[in-house]
Amino acid sequence: MTLTRTPSPAVKGSPGDGTAARRPKFLAGPGGQNISLIGALAVVLVLFGVLNENYLSLSNMQVIAEAATITGLLAIVQTVVIICGGLDISVGSQVGVASVVSAMTFTATGSGAFLGMAAAVGVGMLIGALNGIVIVYGRVNPTIATLAGLAAYKGLAQLLSDGRAQGYVLNNDVFIFLGRGKMAGLPVMVWILIVVAVTVHLLLKYTDIGRNLYAIGGNDTAARLAGISINKYLICVYALIGVVAAIAGVLLTARTGSGQPVSGSEGLELKAITAAALGGAALKGGKGGIGGTLLAVALLGCLENGLTVQGINTFWQNVAQGALLVIAVVIQQRRSGERAVGLPH
Amino acid sequence: MNPVQDPAAAPEPHGSPPSAEPHPIPVAVSGVTKRFGTVRALGGVTLEFPAGQVTALMGENGAGKSTLLKILTGDHQPTEGAVVVNGKPLALDSPARARAAGIRIIPQEPEIIPHVSVAENVYAGALPRTRGRLLDRAGLNRRIKADLDRLGFAHVLDPALLGSQLTPAQRQLVEIMRALTGGTTARLIAFDEPTSSLSEREVDALFTLIRRLRDEGIAIVYVSHRMREIFQLADRIAVLRDGSLVGVQDAGATHEGELVRRMVGRDLSAAFVRQRVAVERLVLDVQDLTTDDVTGISLQVRAGEVVGLAGLIGAGRSELALALAGDAPIHSGSVTLDGTPLRSGRPGEVIRAGLGLAPEERKAQALFLRQSIKDNTSLVVLDRLRRFRFVRRAAERRLAQEYTDRLRVRAPSIDHEVGKLSGGNQQKVVLARWLARKPKVLVLDEPTRGIDVGAKSEIYRIIADLAAQGVALLVISSELPELLGLADRVVVMQGGRITGELDRGDATEESILQLAMADDIVGPAPGASS
Repeated sequence: MTLTRTPSPAVKGSPGDGTAARRPKFLAGPGGQNISLIGALAVVLVLFGVLNENYLSLSNMQVIAEAATITGLLAIVQTVVIICGGLDISVGSQVGVASVVSAMTFTATGSGAFLGMAAAVGVGMLIGALNGIVIVYGRVNPTIATLAGLAAYKGLAQLLSDGRAQGYVLNNDVFIFLGRGKMAGLPVMVWILIVVAVTVHLLLKYTDIGRNLYAIGGNDTAARLAGISINKYLICVYALIGVVAAIAGVLLTARTGSGQPVSGSEGLELKAITAAALGGAALKGGKGGIGGTLLAVALLGCLENGLTVQGINTFWQNVAQGALLVIAVVIQQRRSGERAVGLPH
Repeated sequence: MNPVQDPAAAPEPHGSPPSAEPHPIPVAVSGVTKRFGTVRALGGVTLEFPAGQVTALMGENGAGKSTLLKILTGDHQPTEGAVVVNGKPLALDSPARARAAGIRIIPQEPEIIPHVSVAENVYAGALPRTRGRLLDRAGLNRRIKADLDRLGFAHVLDPALLGSQLTPAQRQLVEIMRALTGGTTARLIAFDEPTSSLSEREVDALFTLIRRLRDEGIAIVYVSHRMREIFQLADRIAVLRDGSLVGVQDAGATHEGELVRRMVGRDLSAAFVRQRVAVERLVLDVQDLTTDDVTGISLQVRAGEVVGLAGLIGAGRSELALALAGDAPIHSGSVTLDGTPLRSGRPGEVIRAGLGLAPEERKAQALFLRQSIKDNTSLVVLDRLRRFRFVRRAAERRLAQEYTDRLRVRAPSIDHEVGKLSGGNQQKVVLARWLARKPKVLVLDEPTRGIDVGAKSEIYRIIADLAAQGVALLVISSELPELLGLADRVVVMQGGRITGELDRGDATEESILQLAMADDIVGPAPGASS
């Protein structure tokens, strides 16, 4: 029996398939995408390395890594929600709420660092679950639901903090350790990113939970008929986003020394979504992986730092980021081989 | 199908107006070969489509029928050879050129814009407009009325209906009107499996229309898997196999067995008859089940038994299947599976209790087209393959390999994307998934729809094997010979209710149809198919 379709190049690395298993774990997932990302990363590194001798120095690399950590955390969970066919554009605002809550709880409880963090994570989980409940039971399109969240949670953070930075946490060893500490030569923040990335990667690729998430994004009707409780999964995914955004918020507090309602978290949703899309997560769901997303985070971080080092206006950086998001999606559409709207067959 | 109807965009080929003396062979293909990379989809096909005749195009999936149609409609360009229009070779390098040359296709799934009227659907892309470039409503109404009258559709198609309100048959009429109106006269109209979503009565009406078009001198190409239709309608039958033309014969000079032999290149008993096995204990017991779509359904299936579920489109069969699978709220009544009562709305619970459903629309309801055969197969058995929540990958591969081998899924490997398989192999992947789960009850909704003859007989064998292993099977099919060959009993539904039950001995196509049309309810055909 032959195929009735136009034959296309041999098996592409779909999530969790055998060809991916033979590659290094780091590259598992959509292979071609990762290789082009590595290429782009190399070009960026060489370009700025030639333009500025300090760019490739160890200390600058560390600056890039620390700056990219918060984006990286959000990009990882954004990848998860995109894989199951959703989207969360309220992540930046969630970070702001968590940052404020952690600092204010810390201050209010007389320097209880762990209490501050627990409060932030708890609030983060509630906010995330609320997003999920609105989307699942309110049947609201995820983009709209989280667009509402983007505004509402930002306002919430401003209300809680009266619109300004709150508390001072850098008199506490735990926050100092989180924000400035190092373990085995790497900043603690980067270690946190690595732990979250590995955990989520294992979850996606090696557990039945991950398989079910890919299934939900690939075909929700078929997933439901295969017995997957879609509602439960979606609410948990949005709650997971809340938790990870809260961790990012705590790190933001630790970096800046106080709870930041808006500065430092505004615009993070754009970076996270851009990284996930650049990393190969299909916005239609069912496809994507942590390896690609992390490469994209590294690419975005190196680019941003390089532009800053070169003294290029930050306004241009915004333009560059918007352009990258569009380019990433255009490449994705080309790859998926879908017919363009309005063109003949 | 893009109904561009701008004759100026693609001039009439060779300046011969279609109103001139019709050519006896208005369209033909000559030595057409089509390669996709290294794969040869068509090899040197030469075939004439005479005016005023219905030429049926038959062949298994992948035999080259679709490729040939796409070359006729300008979607594909032949690697070698050419399409010959009115005796002259013509480069059909776009669908608009093919349209201008008078070649039309009625696609299997009509493309209807849901929120606009029939009239706007018919003339989409070439709507009449006023000098101010506004839509000319009066002109549109005049034109649709005139065209409806001319084609004799006035009593079946209300031009004011919206696209979303149309029945499958009416949707097809809209496509036919698109083909017959507009800039140039149609020379050839190709119907690609037009009856797959039509009821018997609608099929009759369609055939009457096709005959009329034929008698008006249009060359008709008719693609179908259904033998009976082919013999009712076709003047000539062309058989394709593996991209080559096996032969063209007058319909009167051949018979079903010969055609099947030519299509598959081997002998194949057309009518499958399953051996009965000893029926055991009661496994599926449905009592007085009522949902939104079905009313008072009571039926029992025993281990080793195959129960057929017959009925016309819209009888509620697929809705019943989905309700059994836990995908619809149960208002009253009960479903008991091997002694366990099932609650509604929980497919996962139903699966764990031991019922599997291979739904009607395998692409939309069952498969993950961009994922591998392995991932598609193992999805419902992951809970048995995991250790702490980690999937045991080696065991998963072994399982997927075992069942794809057992069902003879033809693919390079179990890592192959399911979306790239043929329809028959996709259906086998759906079955592999449920076989791997080892269910007590399996509900198969149209398991052979759109599948070629060879794959069909393999599916029949799988069903027979399952019954022999003691699985209770409920099979929904619109192909009565298939149902009669497979089932121990046939339950007939109509209008969401069971209208009768026939034992194997009493069940004939006639007795089933009688029950299926019991009250002969004439009403708006529901958009949902059964």
